[in-house]
Amino acid sequence: MNSTTVPTTTVQVHRVHIRATPEAVWEAITSPEWTKRYGYHAPADYDLRAGGAYRSLPSEAMVAHGVPADGPVIDGEVLEVDPPRRLVQTWRMLFTPELVAEGFTRLTYEIEPEAAGVTMLTVTHDVTGAPITAASVSAPPSDAGGGWSVILSDLKTLLESGEPLYR
Amino acid sequence: MKDDDTVFHALADASRRELLDRLYARDGQTLRELTAGLEMTRQAVSKHLGVLEAANLVVTRRSGREKLHFLNPVPIRLIHDRWIDKYTEYQVTALVDLKTELEENRP
Repeated sequence: MNSTTVPTTTVQVHRVHIRATPEAVWEAITSPEWTKRYGYHAPADYDLRAGGAYRSLPSEAMVAHGVPADGPVIDGEVLEVDPPRRLVQTWRMLFTPELVAEGFTRLTYEIEPEAAGVTMLTVTHDVTGAPITAASVSAPPSDAGGGWSVILSDLKTLLESGEPLYR
Repeated sequence: MKDDDTVFHALADASRRELLDRLYARDGQTLRELTAGLEMTRQAVSKHLGVLEAANLVVTRRSGREKLHFLNPVPIRLIHDRWIDKYTEYQVTALVDLKTELEENRP
């Protein structure tokens, strides 16, 4: 902590309690069928083993706005897999050359069962040295679509009600 | 809904809002860092942080021997999505429609 230059905001923590099983939360994070139903509607493509590839493909809305349909919009590598409790991966957005240049950040999903059928999901995003990425994933909805707060709120609503918040 | 009550209660205090603002300015602070420069005692800050943590507005993480406090904005987002959107959506839509109409009719 007392080393020479520590960047200010390095880690973002987002936590939500969801009335669903840990298995359902895990599935909602890692499967393309679920990931395209909430947040940015970008289907996730995971090779769920340490060293496996991760990519997020563009949503229909992104393609409609000119994002190439065939390439990923986010890429990374799976570092740790412990279904349905813990997923650690690297994570890099590919929307602009500036984002690509910031390189890979580190993303940790922790899924913990609580009492009465409630699951606690904690997303810890280490964005050290990646200020544009940091701003994007914590942005107000008017800017980059809201970041983790909006994604997790939407995920909670989808898992609890079967319907997403936004369409 | 009980969760909403806890969040509204936690936010209904200027000292606790100030602590959230301090975490917004710089996330991941210790109790000592958060107490520095405040009129409150360390015990008072600790108690307020407990209320914020119970409301899920603050999440703590261990880093070595230190306990770091992180602002968790998700509960505020949940309140926004469930309450505020419901009442503001119509007005905002109406204003956007008005803006579009005015701009389209511009000579």
